[in-house]
Amino acid sequence: MWIRKDLLGLEELSKEELELILSTAESFKEVSTREIKKVPALRGKTVVNLFYEPSTRTRVSFEVAAKRLSADVINIAAEASSARKGETLIDTGRNIEALKADIIVVRHNASGAAAMLARNVNISVVNAGDGWHEHPTQALLDIFTLKETLGRIEGLKVSIVGDIAHSRVARSNIWGLAKLGAQVTVCAPRILMPPGIEEMGARISYDIDEALHDADAVNVLRMQFERDEQKAFPNQFEYLEAFGVTQERLKKAKKDIIVMHPGPINRGIEMSSEVADGANSVILEQVTNGIAVRMAVLFLVAQASDSRKTEAHE
Amino acid sequence: MREKATVLDKENLARAVTRMAHEILEKNKGTQNLCLVGIRNRGVYLAERLAKNIEEIEKVRVPTGVLDITLYRDDLTLIADKAQVRKTEIDFDITAKIVVLVDDVLYTGRTIRSALDALIDLGRPDSIQLAVLIDRGHRELPIRADYVGKNIPTAQGESVEVRLEESDGKDEVVIVEKEI
Repeated sequence: MWIRKDLLGLEELSKEELELILSTAESFKEVSTREIKKVPALRGKTVVNLFYEPSTRTRVSFEVAAKRLSADVINIAAEASSARKGETLIDTGRNIEALKADIIVVRHNASGAAAMLARNVNISVVNAGDGWHEHPTQALLDIFTLKETLGRIEGLKVSIVGDIAHSRVARSNIWGLAKLGAQVTVCAPRILMPPGIEEMGARISYDIDEALHDADAVNVLRMQFERDEQKAFPNQFEYLEAFGVTQERLKKAKKDIIVMHPGPINRGIEMSSEVADGANSVILEQVTNGIAVRMAVLFLVAQASDSRKTEAHE
Repeated sequence: MREKATVLDKENLARAVTRMAHEILEKNKGTQNLCLVGIRNRGVYLAERLAKNIEEIEKVRVPTGVLDITLYRDDLTLIADKAQVRKTEIDFDITAKIVVLVDDVLYTGRTIRSALDALIDLGRPDSIQLAVLIDRGHRELPIRADYVGKNIPTAQGESVEVRLEESDGKDEVVIVEKEI
Protein backbone atom coordinates (compact mmCIF):
# COMPACT_ATOMS: atom_id res chain seq x y z
CA MET A 1 0.00 0.00 0.00
CA TRP A 2 1.19 3.51 -0.80
CA ILE A 3 0.97 6.12 1.97
CA ARG A 4 3.67 8.66 1.05
CA LYS A 5 2.56 12.11 -0.04
CA ASP A 6 5.91 12.57 -1.82
CA LEU A 7 8.32 10.63 -3.98
CA LEU A 8 11.78 11.93 -3.10
CA GLY A 9 14.07 9.03 -3.90
CA LEU A 10 14.38 5.27 -4.15
CA GLU A 11 16.71 4.95 -1.16
CA GLU A 12 13.85 5.36 1.28
CA LEU A 13 11.41 3.03 -0.48
CA SER A 14 10.77 -0.59 0.46
CA LYS A 15 10.84 -3.41 -2.04
CA GLU A 16 7.04 -3.61 -1.80
CA GLU A 17 6.65 0.08 -2.57
CA LEU A 18 8.91 -0.24 -5.61
CA GLU A 19 6.89 -3.22 -6.82
CA LEU A 20 3.63 -1.33 -6.33
CA ILE A 21 4.84 1.55 -8.51
CA LEU A 22 5.98 -0.88 -11.20
CA SER A 23 2.73 -2.84 -11.26
CA THR A 24 0.67 0.35 -11.25
CA ALA A 25 2.75 1.65 -14.16
CA GLU A 26 2.03 -1.56 -16.05
CA SER A 27 -1.68 -0.76 -15.90
CA PHE A 28 -1.12 2.82 -16.96
CA LYS A 29 0.87 1.80 -20.01
CA GLU A 30 -2.29 0.57 -21.67
CA VAL A 31 -3.85 4.05 -21.49
CA SER A 32 -1.25 5.45 -23.92
CA THR A 33 -2.18 2.80 -26.50
CA ARG A 34 -5.81 3.93 -26.69
CA GLU A 35 -7.29 6.15 -29.31
CA ILE A 36 -8.40 8.50 -26.51
CA LYS A 37 -5.21 8.58 -24.43
CA LYS A 38 -6.75 9.97 -21.28
CA VAL A 39 -8.36 8.81 -18.05
CA PRO A 40 -10.11 11.08 -15.54
CA ALA A 41 -8.19 9.92 -12.45
CA LEU A 42 -6.65 13.34 -11.60
CA ARG A 43 -9.42 15.54 -12.98
CA GLY A 44 -9.47 18.83 -11.12
CA LYS A 45 -5.92 18.42 -9.78
CA THR A 46 -3.16 20.86 -10.64
CA VAL A 47 0.41 19.71 -11.23
CA VAL A 48 3.18 22.32 -11.23
CA ASN A 49 6.46 21.50 -12.94
CA LEU A 50 9.03 23.62 -11.13
CA PHE A 51 12.34 23.32 -12.95
CA TYR A 52 15.49 25.11 -11.79
CA GLU A 53 17.61 23.26 -14.33
CA PRO A 54 17.03 23.05 -18.03
CA SER A 55 15.20 19.87 -18.96
CA THR A 56 13.10 18.99 -21.92
CA ARG A 57 12.54 15.26 -21.80
CA THR A 58 11.77 14.88 -18.12
CA ARG A 59 9.53 17.92 -18.03
CA VAL A 60 7.66 16.92 -21.18
CA SER A 61 7.29 13.37 -19.89
CA PHE A 62 5.79 14.60 -16.61
CA GLU A 63 3.56 16.99 -18.52
CA VAL A 64 2.27 14.27 -20.83
CA ALA A 65 1.77 11.93 -17.87
CA ALA A 66 -0.23 14.52 -15.91
CA LYS A 67 -2.35 15.39 -18.94
CA ARG A 68 -3.15 11.74 -19.65
CA LEU A 69 -4.51 11.64 -16.10
CA SER A 70 -6.63 14.76 -16.86
CA ALA A 71 -4.71 17.00 -14.44
CA ASP A 72 -4.02 20.64 -15.29
CA VAL A 73 -0.32 21.36 -15.74
CA ILE A 74 1.62 24.55 -15.18
CA ASN A 75 5.30 24.77 -16.14
CA ILE A 76 7.62 27.11 -14.30
CA ALA A 77 11.11 27.54 -15.68
CA ALA A 78 13.08 29.08 -12.87
CA GLU A 79 15.39 31.15 -15.03
CA ALA A 80 12.33 33.12 -16.14
CA SER A 81 10.76 33.29 -12.70
CA SER A 82 11.05 35.11 -9.43
CA ALA A 83 13.96 32.83 -8.40
CA ARG A 84 16.01 35.32 -10.36
CA LYS A 85 14.65 38.03 -8.13
CA GLY A 86 15.91 36.17 -5.11
CA GLU A 87 12.88 34.21 -3.95
CA THR A 88 13.85 31.08 -2.02
CA LEU A 89 12.73 27.59 -2.99
CA ILE A 90 10.58 27.33 0.13
CA ASP A 91 8.84 30.64 -0.56
CA THR A 92 8.21 29.61 -4.14
CA GLY A 93 6.79 26.29 -2.89
CA ARG A 94 4.49 27.98 -0.41
CA ASN A 95 3.26 30.34 -3.11
CA ILE A 96 2.47 27.39 -5.34
CA GLU A 97 0.65 25.77 -2.43
CA ALA A 98 -1.33 28.99 -1.91
CA LEU A 99 -2.44 28.73 -5.53
CA LYS A 100 -4.08 25.46 -4.42
CA ALA A 101 -1.95 23.29 -6.64
CA ASP A 102 -1.82 19.63 -5.63
CA ILE A 103 1.56 18.32 -6.77
CA ILE A 104 4.92 20.02 -7.34
CA VAL A 105 7.33 18.21 -9.63
CA VAL A 106 10.69 19.76 -8.83
CA ARG A 107 14.11 19.66 -10.44
CA HIS A 108 16.91 21.50 -8.70
CA ASN A 109 20.69 21.56 -8.89
CA ALA A 110 21.07 21.16 -5.12
CA SER A 111 21.04 17.67 -3.61
CA GLY A 112 18.22 17.43 -1.06
CA ALA A 113 16.19 20.28 -2.57
CA ALA A 114 13.10 18.13 -3.14
CA ALA A 115 13.19 16.76 0.42
CA MET A 116 13.53 20.25 1.86
CA LEU A 117 10.60 21.48 -0.21
CA ALA A 118 8.50 18.47 0.84
CA ARG A 119 9.09 19.25 4.53
CA ASN A 120 7.87 22.79 4.06
CA VAL A 121 4.68 22.31 2.10
CA ASN A 122 1.66 20.09 2.73
CA ILE A 123 1.05 19.28 -0.92
CA SER A 124 2.83 16.44 -2.73
CA VAL A 125 6.38 16.80 -4.02
CA VAL A 126 7.87 14.59 -6.70
CA ASN A 127 11.61 14.71 -7.22
CA ALA A 128 12.51 15.12 -10.89
CA GLY A 129 16.23 15.24 -10.10
CA ASP A 130 18.11 16.92 -7.25
CA GLY A 131 21.78 17.67 -7.78
CA TRP A 132 23.88 14.51 -7.82
CA HIS A 133 21.52 12.84 -5.37
CA GLU A 134 18.54 11.06 -6.94
CA HIS A 135 16.37 10.98 -10.03
CA PRO A 136 13.81 8.41 -8.91
CA THR A 137 11.42 8.41 -11.88
CA GLN A 138 14.31 7.90 -14.32
CA ALA A 139 15.51 4.85 -12.38
CA LEU A 140 11.94 3.56 -12.12
CA LEU A 141 11.47 3.78 -15.85
CA ASP A 142 14.83 2.06 -16.41
CA ILE A 143 13.80 -0.73 -14.05
CA PHE A 144 10.33 -0.95 -15.60
CA THR A 145 11.89 -1.29 -19.06
CA LEU A 146 14.26 -4.00 -17.83
CA LYS A 147 11.43 -5.91 -16.23
CA GLU A 148 9.24 -5.59 -19.29
CA THR A 149 12.00 -6.74 -21.64
CA LEU A 150 13.56 -9.50 -19.54
CA GLY A 151 10.57 -10.51 -17.42
CA ARG A 152 12.24 -10.04 -14.04
CA ILE A 153 14.69 -7.99 -11.98
CA GLU A 154 15.75 -10.52 -9.36
CA GLY A 155 19.09 -12.04 -10.26
CA LEU A 156 19.74 -9.82 -13.29
CA LYS A 157 23.24 -8.51 -13.85
CA VAL A 158 23.06 -4.83 -14.67
CA SER A 159 26.08 -2.66 -15.45
CA ILE A 160 25.95 1.10 -15.22
CA VAL A 161 28.67 2.76 -17.25
CA GLY A 162 29.81 6.38 -17.28
CA ASP A 163 30.18 9.35 -15.00
CA ILE A 164 28.98 7.69 -11.78
CA ALA A 165 30.29 10.51 -9.58
CA HIS A 166 27.97 13.14 -10.98
CA SER A 167 25.03 10.92 -11.73
CA ARG A 168 21.76 10.98 -9.82
CA VAL A 169 20.48 8.47 -12.38
CA ALA A 170 23.16 6.01 -11.30
CA ARG A 171 22.45 6.49 -7.60
CA SER A 172 18.70 5.97 -7.94
CA ASN A 173 19.28 2.95 -10.17
CA ILE A 174 21.67 1.35 -7.68
CA TRP A 175 19.22 1.80 -4.79
CA GLY A 176 16.26 0.50 -6.76
CA LEU A 177 17.97 -2.41 -8.49
CA ALA A 178 19.72 -3.61 -5.34
CA LYS A 179 16.44 -3.65 -3.42
CA LEU A 180 14.77 -5.68 -6.14
CA GLY A 181 17.56 -8.25 -6.10
CA ALA A 182 19.63 -7.35 -9.17
CA GLN A 183 23.43 -7.47 -9.14
CA VAL A 184 24.69 -4.03 -10.06
CA THR A 185 28.16 -3.27 -11.42
CA VAL A 186 29.25 0.30 -11.92
CA CYS A 187 32.00 1.07 -14.38
CA ALA A 188 33.76 4.40 -14.77
CA PRO A 189 37.17 5.98 -15.12
CA ARG A 190 38.71 6.15 -11.64
CA ILE A 191 38.32 9.91 -11.46
CA LEU A 192 34.57 9.62 -12.06
CA MET A 193 33.99 6.89 -9.46
CA PRO A 194 32.70 8.33 -6.19
CA PRO A 195 33.47 6.85 -2.76
CA GLY A 196 30.82 4.78 -0.96
CA ILE A 197 29.48 2.93 -3.99
CA GLU A 198 30.09 -0.52 -2.56
CA GLU A 199 28.16 0.38 0.60
CA MET A 200 25.18 1.10 -1.66
CA GLY A 201 25.30 -2.50 -2.86
CA ALA A 202 27.13 -2.22 -6.18
CA ARG A 203 30.31 -3.82 -7.47
CA ILE A 204 33.02 -1.63 -8.98
CA SER A 205 34.79 -2.24 -12.26
CA TYR A 206 37.27 -0.06 -14.09
CA ASP A 207 37.27 -2.21 -17.20
CA ILE A 208 34.38 -1.76 -19.61
CA ASP A 209 34.86 -5.15 -21.28
CA GLU A 210 34.80 -6.88 -17.93
CA ALA A 211 31.68 -4.94 -16.90
CA LEU A 212 29.92 -5.96 -20.11
CA HIS A 213 30.96 -9.57 -20.48
CA ASP A 214 28.21 -11.32 -18.53
CA ALA A 215 25.77 -8.43 -18.08
CA ASP A 216 22.09 -8.89 -18.95
CA ALA A 217 21.76 -5.14 -19.42
CA VAL A 218 23.93 -2.08 -19.60
CA ASN A 219 22.75 1.40 -18.70
CA VAL A 220 25.00 3.93 -20.41
CA LEU A 221 25.10 7.33 -18.74
CA ARG A 222 25.43 10.57 -20.57
CA MET A 223 28.89 12.19 -20.42
CA GLN A 224 28.14 15.71 -19.34
CA PHE A 225 31.05 17.50 -20.94
CA GLU A 226 29.14 20.75 -20.81
CA ARG A 227 29.20 20.53 -17.01
CA ASP A 228 32.67 19.09 -16.63
CA GLU A 229 34.43 21.91 -14.91
CA GLN A 230 37.22 19.71 -13.58
CA LYS A 231 38.05 18.51 -17.09
CA ALA A 232 38.05 14.99 -15.79
CA PHE A 233 38.51 13.53 -19.20
CA PRO A 234 40.89 15.15 -21.64
CA ASN A 235 38.97 14.55 -24.80
CA GLN A 236 35.61 13.19 -25.92
CA PHE A 237 37.00 10.78 -28.46
CA GLU A 238 39.40 9.30 -26.00
CA TYR A 239 36.36 8.53 -23.90
CA LEU A 240 34.71 6.44 -26.62
CA GLU A 241 37.96 4.58 -27.02
CA ALA A 242 38.29 3.78 -23.31
CA PHE A 243 34.72 3.55 -21.99
CA GLY A 244 32.32 3.95 -24.91
CA VAL A 245 29.84 1.19 -25.75
CA THR A 246 30.54 0.16 -29.33
CA GLN A 247 29.39 -2.68 -31.57
CA GLU A 248 32.82 -4.34 -31.22
CA ARG A 249 32.47 -4.36 -27.45
CA LEU A 250 28.91 -5.70 -27.62
CA LYS A 251 30.10 -8.60 -29.76
CA LYS A 252 31.99 -9.89 -26.76
CA ALA A 253 28.99 -9.48 -24.46
CA LYS A 254 25.83 -11.60 -24.17
CA LYS A 255 24.07 -11.77 -27.53
CA ASP A 256 20.81 -10.28 -26.26
CA ILE A 257 22.22 -7.74 -23.80
CA ILE A 258 19.80 -4.85 -23.31
CA VAL A 259 21.24 -1.38 -23.95
CA MET A 260 19.70 1.59 -22.16
CA HIS A 261 20.47 5.31 -22.04
CA PRO A 262 18.60 8.04 -20.16
CA GLY A 263 19.14 10.54 -23.02
CA PRO A 264 20.05 12.81 -24.58
CA ILE A 265 22.69 10.65 -26.30
CA ASN A 266 26.11 11.95 -27.23
CA ARG A 267 26.51 9.81 -30.32
CA GLY A 268 30.11 8.76 -30.77
CA ILE A 269 31.10 9.61 -27.20
CA GLU A 270 29.56 7.28 -24.61
CA MET A 271 27.87 5.16 -27.23
CA SER A 272 28.30 4.62 -30.95
CA SER A 273 25.39 5.36 -33.29
CA GLU A 274 25.32 1.73 -34.37
CA VAL A 275 24.61 0.67 -30.78
CA ALA A 276 22.11 3.44 -30.11
CA ASP A 277 20.05 2.40 -33.14
CA GLY A 278 20.84 -1.31 -32.94
CA ALA A 279 18.74 -4.33 -32.10
CA ASN A 280 19.85 -4.39 -28.45
CA SER A 281 18.77 -0.80 -27.80
CA VAL A 282 15.57 -0.12 -25.84
CA ILE A 283 16.20 3.62 -25.61
CA LEU A 284 12.93 4.69 -27.22
CA GLU A 285 10.93 2.14 -25.19
CA GLN A 286 12.38 3.87 -22.14
CA VAL A 287 10.80 7.13 -23.29
CA THR A 288 7.40 5.48 -23.76
CA ASN A 289 7.65 3.73 -20.41
CA GLY A 290 8.61 6.98 -18.70
CA ILE A 291 5.08 8.24 -19.22
CA ALA A 292 3.50 5.15 -17.64
CA VAL A 293 5.86 5.29 -14.66
CA ARG A 294 5.24 9.00 -14.07
CA MET A 295 1.48 8.50 -14.38
CA ALA A 296 1.74 5.84 -11.69
CA VAL A 297 3.79 8.07 -9.39
CA LEU A 298 1.49 11.09 -9.81
CA PHE A 299 -1.55 8.89 -9.23
CA LEU A 300 -0.15 7.23 -6.11
CA VAL A 301 0.97 10.45 -4.39
CA ALA A 302 -2.34 12.14 -5.24
CA GLN A 303 -4.26 9.20 -3.81
CA ALA A 304 -2.18 9.25 -0.62
CA SER A 305 -2.67 13.02 -0.20
CA ASP A 306 -6.41 12.68 -0.65
CA SER A 307 -6.72 9.95 1.93
CA ARG A 308 -4.71 12.06 4.39
CA LYS A 309 -7.17 14.88 3.93
CA THR A 310 -10.07 12.51 4.56
CA GLU A 311 -8.47 11.25 7.75
CA ALA A 312 -7.91 14.80 8.94
CA HIS A 313 -11.63 15.49 8.53
CA GLU A 314 -12.76 12.40 10.41
CA MET B 1 -19.67 -9.66 9.87
CA ARG B 2 -22.19 -12.44 10.44
CA GLU B 3 -23.54 -14.66 7.72
CA LYS B 4 -27.30 -14.49 7.69
CA ALA B 5 -28.42 -16.64 4.81
CA THR B 6 -27.23 -18.33 1.66
CA VAL B 7 -29.34 -17.00 -1.17
CA LEU B 8 -27.74 -18.93 -4.03
CA ASP B 9 -25.85 -22.19 -3.82
CA LYS B 10 -23.56 -23.63 -6.48
CA GLU B 11 -26.33 -25.26 -8.52
CA ASN B 12 -28.70 -22.33 -8.43
CA LEU B 13 -25.93 -19.89 -9.25
CA ALA B 14 -25.10 -21.98 -12.34
CA ARG B 15 -28.79 -22.04 -13.33
CA ALA B 16 -29.04 -18.26 -12.97
CA VAL B 17 -26.01 -17.76 -15.22
CA THR B 18 -27.40 -20.17 -17.82
CA ARG B 19 -30.72 -18.34 -17.83
CA MET B 20 -28.98 -14.98 -18.24
CA ALA B 21 -27.04 -16.37 -21.22
CA HIS B 22 -30.34 -17.41 -22.83
CA GLU B 23 -31.86 -14.01 -22.13
CA ILE B 24 -28.90 -12.20 -23.68
CA LEU B 25 -29.23 -14.32 -26.82
CA GLU B 26 -33.00 -13.90 -26.96
CA LYS B 27 -32.92 -10.14 -26.59
CA ASN B 28 -30.14 -9.68 -29.15
CA LYS B 29 -31.44 -12.39 -31.52
CA GLY B 30 -28.19 -14.33 -31.47
CA THR B 31 -24.52 -13.41 -31.22
CA GLN B 32 -24.24 -10.94 -34.10
CA ASN B 33 -22.01 -8.00 -32.95
CA LEU B 34 -22.28 -9.22 -29.38
CA CYS B 35 -19.40 -8.93 -26.92
CA LEU B 36 -19.01 -9.24 -23.15
CA VAL B 37 -16.99 -7.01 -20.84
CA GLY B 38 -16.50 -8.01 -17.21
CA ILE B 39 -15.77 -5.47 -14.48
CA ARG B 40 -12.87 -6.43 -12.22
CA ASN B 41 -12.75 -8.59 -10.27
CA ARG B 42 -15.70 -10.95 -10.11
CA GLY B 43 -17.47 -9.52 -13.15
CA VAL B 44 -14.59 -10.90 -15.19
CA TYR B 45 -15.27 -14.47 -14.07
CA LEU B 46 -19.00 -14.09 -14.60
CA ALA B 47 -18.44 -12.72 -18.12
CA GLU B 48 -16.24 -15.73 -18.83
CA ARG B 49 -18.99 -18.10 -17.61
CA LEU B 50 -21.64 -16.32 -19.67
CA ALA B 51 -19.37 -16.60 -22.73
CA LYS B 52 -18.96 -20.33 -22.09
CA ASN B 53 -22.73 -20.78 -21.76
CA ILE B 54 -23.35 -18.80 -24.93
CA GLU B 55 -20.79 -20.95 -26.73
CA GLU B 56 -22.56 -24.12 -25.63
CA ILE B 57 -25.90 -22.83 -26.86
CA GLU B 58 -24.88 -21.14 -30.11
CA LYS B 59 -21.49 -22.75 -30.89
CA VAL B 60 -20.05 -19.25 -31.23
CA ARG B 61 -17.34 -17.72 -29.04
CA VAL B 62 -18.18 -14.07 -28.37
CA PRO B 63 -15.30 -11.65 -27.68
CA THR B 64 -14.79 -11.14 -23.95
CA GLY B 65 -12.82 -8.34 -22.29
CA VAL B 66 -11.79 -7.06 -18.87
CA LEU B 67 -12.49 -3.56 -17.60
CA ASP B 68 -10.70 -1.90 -14.68
CA ILE B 69 -12.60 1.15 -13.51
CA THR B 70 -10.28 2.37 -10.73
CA LEU B 71 -9.26 5.44 -12.75
CA TYR B 72 -12.88 6.39 -13.38
CA ARG B 73 -14.13 6.32 -9.82
CA ASP B 74 -15.86 9.51 -8.68
CA ASP B 75 -13.83 9.65 -5.49
CA LEU B 76 -10.15 8.85 -5.31
CA THR B 77 -10.15 8.85 -1.53
CA LEU B 78 -12.77 6.15 -1.11
CA ILE B 79 -10.61 3.70 -2.97
CA ALA B 80 -7.31 4.85 -1.53
CA ASP B 81 -6.80 1.97 0.81
CA LYS B 82 -8.31 -0.73 -1.29
CA ALA B 83 -8.04 -0.73 -5.00
CA GLN B 84 -4.89 -1.17 -6.89
CA VAL B 85 -4.98 0.03 -10.47
CA ARG B 86 -5.12 -2.96 -12.77
CA LYS B 87 -5.11 -3.39 -16.49
CA THR B 88 -8.01 -2.98 -18.84
CA GLU B 89 -7.77 -5.80 -21.38
CA ILE B 90 -10.15 -5.37 -24.27
CA ASP B 91 -8.37 -6.53 -27.40
CA PHE B 92 -11.26 -5.93 -29.80
CA ASP B 93 -12.87 -2.75 -31.08
CA ILE B 94 -16.13 -2.07 -29.25
CA THR B 95 -17.29 0.48 -31.82
CA ALA B 96 -20.60 -0.57 -33.41
CA LYS B 97 -20.83 -3.58 -31.06
CA ILE B 98 -23.47 -4.57 -28.55
CA VAL B 99 -21.53 -4.57 -25.30
CA VAL B 100 -22.91 -6.53 -22.37
CA LEU B 101 -21.28 -5.18 -19.24
CA VAL B 102 -21.05 -7.82 -16.51
CA ASP B 103 -20.70 -7.34 -12.76
CA ASP B 104 -21.43 -9.39 -9.67
CA VAL B 105 -23.56 -7.04 -7.55
CA LEU B 106 -25.57 -3.97 -8.57
CA TYR B 107 -25.97 -1.64 -5.59
CA THR B 108 -25.64 2.18 -5.72
CA GLY B 109 -24.97 2.23 -9.46
CA ARG B 110 -21.75 4.20 -9.08
CA THR B 111 -19.52 1.41 -10.32
CA ILE B 112 -21.63 1.09 -13.43
CA ARG B 113 -21.55 4.86 -13.98
CA SER B 114 -17.73 4.69 -13.90
CA ALA B 115 -17.72 1.66 -16.18
CA LEU B 116 -19.89 3.46 -18.75
CA ASP B 117 -17.41 6.35 -18.84
CA ALA B 118 -14.50 3.95 -19.18
CA LEU B 119 -16.19 2.03 -22.02
CA ILE B 120 -17.13 5.13 -23.96
CA ASP B 121 -13.51 6.31 -23.85
CA LEU B 122 -12.59 3.10 -25.66
CA GLY B 123 -15.02 3.45 -28.55
CA ARG B 124 -18.63 4.00 -29.57
CA PRO B 125 -20.72 0.87 -29.08
CA ASP B 126 -24.15 0.63 -30.72
CA SER B 127 -25.56 -0.19 -27.32
CA ILE B 128 -24.45 -1.12 -23.83
CA GLN B 129 -26.47 -3.56 -21.75
CA LEU B 130 -25.95 -4.56 -18.16
CA ALA B 131 -25.90 -8.05 -16.67
CA VAL B 132 -25.51 -8.57 -12.92
CA LEU B 133 -25.70 -11.70 -10.84
CA ILE B 134 -27.32 -9.89 -7.90
CA ASP B 135 -29.40 -6.72 -7.75
CA ARG B 136 -29.59 -5.66 -4.13
CA GLY B 137 -31.39 -2.33 -4.56
CA HIS B 138 -30.50 1.03 -2.95
CA ARG B 139 -29.65 2.80 -6.20
CA GLU B 140 -28.18 6.31 -5.97
CA LEU B 141 -28.15 6.87 -9.72
CA PRO B 142 -30.72 6.24 -12.47
CA ILE B 143 -29.20 2.94 -13.60
CA ARG B 144 -30.88 -0.45 -14.09
CA ALA B 145 -29.81 -3.89 -15.21
CA ASP B 146 -31.03 -5.63 -18.37
CA TYR B 147 -30.28 -9.11 -17.04
CA VAL B 148 -30.44 -10.06 -13.37
CA GLY B 149 -29.49 -13.40 -11.85
CA LYS B 150 -31.43 -12.75 -8.67
CA ASN B 151 -33.06 -9.75 -7.00
CA ILE B 152 -32.22 -9.61 -3.31
CA PRO B 153 -33.81 -6.72 -1.43
CA THR B 154 -31.47 -5.90 1.45
CA ALA B 155 -31.40 -3.54 4.38
CA GLN B 156 -28.64 -0.89 4.49
CA GLY B 157 -26.98 -2.74 7.35
CA GLU B 158 -26.69 -5.88 5.30
CA SER B 159 -24.47 -6.63 2.41
CA VAL B 160 -24.32 -9.30 -0.25
CA GLU B 161 -21.23 -11.36 -0.85
CA VAL B 162 -20.78 -13.14 -4.11
CA ARG B 163 -18.20 -15.91 -3.91
CA LEU B 164 -16.90 -17.57 -7.03
CA GLU B 165 -14.75 -20.63 -7.52
CA GLU B 166 -12.12 -18.61 -9.42
CA SER B 167 -11.53 -16.06 -6.66
CA ASP B 168 -12.97 -17.53 -3.48
CA GLY B 169 -12.73 -21.29 -3.89
CA LYS B 170 -16.48 -21.94 -4.04
CA ASP B 171 -19.65 -20.77 -5.71
CA GLU B 172 -22.27 -19.15 -3.46
CA VAL B 173 -24.05 -15.93 -2.65
CA VAL B 174 -24.66 -15.03 0.98
CA ILE B 175 -26.23 -12.16 2.88
CA VAL B 176 -24.02 -10.89 5.67
CA GLU B 177 -24.99 -8.57 8.46
CA LYS B 178 -22.54 -5.85 9.45
CA GLU B 179 -21.95 -5.89 13.16
CA ILE B 180 -22.54 -2.56 14.80
